[in-house]
Order: sequence, then C-alpha cells, then structure tokens
Amino acid sequence: MLSKVKSCGLLGINGYVVEVETDISSGIPSFEIVGLGDVAVKESKERVRAAIRNTGLEFPAKRITINLAPANLRKEGSSFDLAAAVGIMAATNQIFNTMLDKYMFIGELSLNGEVKPVRGVLPMAMCALKNGIEYLIINHENADEAAIVKGISVLPVKNLQEVVEHLNGEREIWAHFTDTDAVFNENKVYDVDFADVKGQNNVKRALEIAASGSHNCILIGSPGSGKTMLARRLPTILPALSFEEAMEVTKIHSIAGLLPLRTPLITYRPFRSPHHTISATSLVGGGKNPKPGEVSLAHYGVLFLDEIPEFSKEALEVLRQPLEDGMVTISRLNASIQYPAQVMLVCAANPCKCGNLLDESKMCTCTPKQIQQYLGRLSGPLLDRIDIHIEVASVKYNELCNIKEEEKSSSIRSRVSKARKIQLERYKGLSIYSNSQLQPAMIERFCKIDEKGRRLMKDAFEKLGLSARAHHRILKVSRTIADIDGSEDIKPCHLAEAIQYRSLDRFFGSNLKKHW
Amino acid sequence: MTEDMKYWVWLSTLPGIGSKRSEQLMELFGSPRNLWYSKRQELEKVHFLTREMIEQIISYPLKVLAQKHMETIHKHNIKVIRIIDESYPLLLKNIYDPPMVIYVRGTLSADEKAIAFVGSRNATAYGNTIAELLAGEVARRGITVVSGLARGIDSSAHEGALKSGGRTIAVLGCGPDIAYPPDNQDLMERIIHSGAVISEYAPGTPPLRGNFPARNRIISGLSMGVTVVEAGEKSGSLITAEFALEQGREVFAVPGNVNSRNSKGTNKLIKEGAKIVTNVKDILEELNGVDLLDLLEEESCHKNEEICDNDVYPIFTEEEIKIINCLSNDPLHIDIISVNSGLDIQNVSSNLSMLEIKGLVEQIPGKMFRLRK
Repeated sequence: MLSKVKSCGLLGINGYVVEVETDISSGIPSFEIVGLGDVAVKESKERVRAAIRNTGLEFPAKRITINLAPANLRKEGSSFDLAAAVGIMAATNQIFNTMLDKYMFIGELSLNGEVKPVRGVLPMAMCALKNGIEYLIINHENADEAAIVKGISVLPVKNLQEVVEHLNGEREIWAHFTDTDAVFNENKVYDVDFADVKGQNNVKRALEIAASGSHNCILIGSPGSGKTMLARRLPTILPALSFEEAMEVTKIHSIAGLLPLRTPLITYRPFRSPHHTISATSLVGGGKNPKPGEVSLAHYGVLFLDEIPEFSKEALEVLRQPLEDGMVTISRLNASIQYPAQVMLVCAANPCKCGNLLDESKMCTCTPKQIQQYLGRLSGPLLDRIDIHIEVASVKYNELCNIKEEEKSSSIRSRVSKARKIQLERYKGLSIYSNSQLQPAMIERFCKIDEKGRRLMKDAFEKLGLSARAHHRILKVSRTIADIDGSEDIKPCHLAEAIQYRSLDRFFGSNLKKHW
Repeated sequence: MTEDMKYWVWLSTLPGIGSKRSEQLMELFGSPRNLWYSKRQELEKVHFLTREMIEQIISYPLKVLAQKHMETIHKHNIKVIRIIDESYPLLLKNIYDPPMVIYVRGTLSADEKAIAFVGSRNATAYGNTIAELLAGEVARRGITVVSGLARGIDSSAHEGALKSGGRTIAVLGCGPDIAYPPDNQDLMERIIHSGAVISEYAPGTPPLRGNFPARNRIISGLSMGVTVVEAGEKSGSLITAEFALEQGREVFAVPGNVNSRNSKGTNKLIKEGAKIVTNVKDILEELNGVDLLDLLEEESCHKNEEICDNDVYPIFTEEEIKIINCLSNDPLHIDIISVNSGLDIQNVSSNLSMLEIKGLVEQIPGKMFRLRK
C-alpha cells in the first residue's frame, strides 16, 4: 500500500513542499526513511513508532519505506515526524480520508504521541498557501505564527490522537485565528528613545542623516562617550517596517529559532550587536546545517559592530559581499541558499588603543605611532562602505544636567520617513531604494551640483586634505541632506555639511601626524 | 679644529669621569693630551681614581674610538667647543657641573640671550599651541628658544621659533649626529640651519634613558629662564625646572585646566612659586636688557571682539559671523558652538566647513574648532 502525505521543508528562508510517501509491503519487518534526511530525520523512526503505539494504534509489522521527496534535497529536523506517522496510518487504512492532498502536516512527535512545535513555521505556512494547501495541521504553540498567513486554515492540535480522529471525521477542529492587522499595528513602542541621550546634537544629526539615506556609518569616541547607547537607539528613528518587510524579518527569525514567545510577527527593526570574537560563519551564515547569520538577522535593521578594529580580518572580509549585494549566498551540495541581508551597518571604535585621545579629562598614553596604527589598520574595502564618520565626544557632567527638552525619536522618525519616501519615489523602477545604494554612474545622474557647489568641492579637497574616495560619498550624503531639507537640488550648504562627516580621512589613522 | 681636539673628545667620553673629576685631572696633568699619554703608575698615585677609571684612561680601544669620533666630527661639520674656549657659552660655564666639551652643529655664540621651553611629550592641543605661540613671540624679539627636540612641547616650541624666523637651540640626549625621536629628523636639519643642535655626548652615543635628565641641566644652563608649558605630575620637564632653580634661573609656568591631567605638574609649579604665564609679556618683563618698547606694539592674536569690519576681512555671512564670535584660540566643541551661537547644528556644521575652507577656522579631532592664527 502506498500513501502520500504533504509536509514542508526549508531552503533559505522559504519553504518547499515535501511529499512524504509511505510504502508498506510484505517482508521482514523493517522501517527505513530515505530522501537525504539528517540525523534528526533518521531518529524520526523511533519517535514515530513509539507515538503510534502509545496512541493505541497499530504499528504494522511489515516492511515500511518512507521517502521524503524531492529526494535530492537535504532534509533537516524533526518536523516531518507527524507527516510520517500520518503516512503510515493512511497506508494501513487506520486513517481513511480522501482529501489528504489538501492537508499539510508539520510537527515533531513525542514518544507519547504529543505533537511538538518546530521552527520556521511562517515560511512553511506561506509555502502551503502558495501550493494550494487548504488545511495546515500544526502544534498549537505554532498556531499564532502560522495564522498570520491568510487564506489557509490553520488547525492546531495537541497530539496524534486528535489528528487521527479529525482525519477520520470524528473530531472537529476549528481554524485558529490571528488578528494580523492588530498584531501588525500594535503600538510599536520601543523601550529606548533618542530623548534618553542628553546633548550630543552633532551625533544625533549625523545619525538622522544616516537613517534617512540608509548610510553605513562609524562612531569614533572614547569609552563611556555613549557610542553604544546612541547606536542602540538608531532603530527608533528608522521608519516603521511595512507588512511585507515585517513578514520577511519574522521568517528569518523563525527559521533561526529566535522568534520570541507569543510574538507571531516581528514589527520592530532588528538591532544585532555581535561580539567582536564572532566567527565568519556566525556573522554571515552557513555552517553544516545552514542557518542565517547575524547580518541576516539584522535584515531591514541595524548591524552594530562595536570595537570594529578588534574583529577578525576573516569576519570583515566575508561581510563585504552581503553589504554589496544585500544578501548572503551559501553554496551547498545540490542547492544554493540565499538569505537576505539588507542592513544598515554601524561601526564603533575607540580613537586609539588606550581610548583616551578624545577625552579631555583623561591622558592618552599611546605613542604617536600607536595612535596612527590603531584606526589606520581599518581596511580600505571596509571604509569604502562607510559614508558617514561621526566623532562622539565624552559628555561633560554639567551638560548632563542640562534641562532643555530633548527631541523624541518619533519626531525625528517622521523626518526620516519623509526623506525615505522621496528616495523611494526617485528610484522607482530601479533596483535600489536609498541614496546609499547609488552606484557611481547613477551618482552622475541623481546628485547633480551647480558651479558654486563644484568650486566648493574643489576648495574642500585642496584645503582640507580629503581623500579621493571621499568624493562620491560626500555627494551621496549631500543628496540625503538635501532630501531631509525637502530640496530638489543639492545646495552648497548641503555639501558643506556633508564634508563634516569625513573625520577618518582628515584626522585619524595615517592622517593623524599632520595635526599633532 | 686642532689636533688637540681629539684629546678633549676622548676625555669627554671617559665613563665615570664628569666635569668635576676632569677639572681635577686637568689641574694634575695640565691638559687632556698629557692625560692621554700618562702611565699606569702615575694614575695610581691619584687618590680619587678607581681601578675601573684607570683602566678606562689607559684603554686603547677608547682611544681608537676617539679617533673615529674625529672622523665623524669632520664629516658632519661638527664644532667641538671646550670649556676653556672663548666661545663656550657663559651662562653654561657657571653651572655646577658643566660639560667639558660640547658638540655643536650650527652656530652658537657665547652670550646668547635664551629662554627654554619644556613640557610634556604627550601634550594636548592646548599645550602645543601655547608652546608654539609663546616660543614664536619670544624668538621674534631676538631671544633664542632652547628646548630638547622631544615630541610634544619641545617640538612645538622649536617650530614656533622657526616659523617666526627666530633662533632656536636643541639640546640632545644622544650624539649630535643622531635624530631622536626619528620623526624629528627634518626638524633637526632645519634647526641646524637657523640655530644650533648641541650635545655633550660624542657622536654615535645612543639616546639612553639616563642621558635625558642629565641633558636637562644644559637646557636650563643655557637659558636665563625655563618655561614649563604643560606637564603632568611625573613629567621629565619638572626635572628641568628643578635644575633651573638650582642654577638660579627664573621658572615660568603656563596654567592649565584644573581638570586636565596634563597640567597637574604646571599648576603645581605655579602653586609653589613659579611665575604664571598667560602672555609673552609675563616672560619678557622678567628679563633684563630686553627692549620693552617692543611689548607696547601689536597685541598677540587672542582677539575676541566682534568682527564686522567688512573692509578688512573677506565678506562673511551673518551666520558665519555669529559662529566666529563664539570661537577663540581655545578649541570648542561643535555642540557648544551651536548652543552659544543659537544656530541649529546643521547650519553650524555647514558654516564651519566654509570657515575652514576660508582658512579662518581650524578643526581638531573630537569635533573641536578654534580660530586659526
């Protein structure tokens, strides 16, 4: 007897339908699962056998072969347990249902027959919808997440017993409902705010510009100056996620197993801050059983690399491609997996080895050579990705007591959103969405400057010691400043402000000698 | 350069035999030449000579080395001035322990009017600026600036003197043919051209740690007064101030921010009686024989008045003027400029760029800005 039951596998952040074919024939009793399953899939046999028996059903003493099709793709995890059990019972007529092809079964089985939750349910539900599945049988803990997808019936179950009874027409299971709109529009209140930071107006302005144009930036400041505090607040001024964006972010977190409890949908911009000892694989994704890396978990959000000079060369090297393409491509036998990685990169660094160079109340104990070397070793290719350099000064005590009202994130965010909208309009039809993504050829077209501006740039380069790589970057940043200003044209004042964000070119690393 | 020089050079390289002992030996033997040719028996009769010292005096290799030094001296055109020479600086002769021989590259006169500028190697922008400014003002009035060619304050002082076209002398803690720190090679060349590089150490002597405190006595010895511009609690420049006191020279100190670790030494000196310097006048009025009429002319450039005179300066916008009025020679952070000028931060940023390009404003790491001289 042969039965076919549907389940779902994951490739990258998307699901694909797995046909669980069960064949039962006479012969010496055996139970094999084929189809390139990993260890968890192989161990499935024991779980399925015990679950079926403990549900009071009959486990056939025959030759059982289960195939997970397509057989040339690697299958991972325990989510096929439920489908395998259903397949066996369908093949032995313990389940009698003519509409099995309208169902998809996802779940791990406990030895006593309980159905357990799995990761990656959201992409699986989306896959089910795409492939004409009408009923999705899933653990009730996964139900909230799955029911975000409209158009299929999500039937939550607790154990194998319920599944069998339902399929045999003996039990009604109501479709689970998640109020997607409510979840999405729920008051997205971050627990931090730009107003928490006193003063630092220059830094806040620079971050506003970075957020508006999605420009990668670097914060340079002594320990305790507030670099980390400010970086953490950056997501609060980024425009809200659209529904599609929220879905993508949720998918990635779901397959990484990082979806918080009772959060079927992630509606805030991610903020990932990996420690500088992170390996290249963890940063970018991959590994034996490929998982998304930090850069993908930060998709549509902020990737914060604190103490950037301490990161390994290898880790920074693998970061280049995703920053360039907005996605990570991992090659595996038989398949190429892609994880999205459109992030805003924020780096932070001390100005020198001891950290005290920019702190007026402390003494810097570095030799001039050490100062030159510390930031001087940030690689060219990495710096090429960073449009805005921000110096964070240590805030003096009396400034902390300043009573003036600080501007709230929500107010800054509305300016940022406006600027972003202008960019979306401008780049409609092209494959980019922000000024930071402009390639040199496009800069010619979209960042035109007048004669006064050209003269200003020339003077600035001659007198201020800017490096050649700064030219395009200044134009891109000026374009964003003009957008925030609501100006169609890039005026000299926009250029002049953009010039202020090139500190690394002028003052740190190999250029320090001139000024000391 | 006489043959005789060789013996003097050799004498100055004898370890353990400083100026006091050398003097006594000269009294006994008459000249370094006689000492060179003396025999062991004669030397053993001298009560203050230890066995090691006798070995050094007799040592053949040391004598060969002296010959080598003469070659280097000829090659680099180094002048050897002995304490008996007329050209030996008067002020230096009168200290407790003057060097028997000084090696000079450049020009040196016996009666230079000089002021020393010393301070921390890890100076702040404030210290470096003041050193350059004060040294420049002093040098402009014909007074030689003496310092040690070290990083930080010393270098800034030398640069200040050179910039204003004046004279400067660098006293080294190593041979006169060696540039230490190496980054100051170029500075040293320029000083040789318009001043002098001096050392009591024979050519080839490396910059050993112990040489520096000793050379500090020469820095103060050559000067009428020593100005400590910026020094932390444990700065070597405080040793120079000590020597100055012993030698009866004036000690000047520039005050600093109470919070600044880099000024703890200088502020302490002021507390202990050093003369406080906030203006070059403070130094000049302590010196006899300096034409004080000079002081009545041109005030230094610490202008803080409103700059609205469009005839004198290039045309500035109203916003630029607001910003200029907030600035001084002391660096100010951009956020504070914004608050003080009443302009919002983006206007301040763009205007500062314009002012930097126009050459009026200088930016320093940490988003600090000040008026350029």
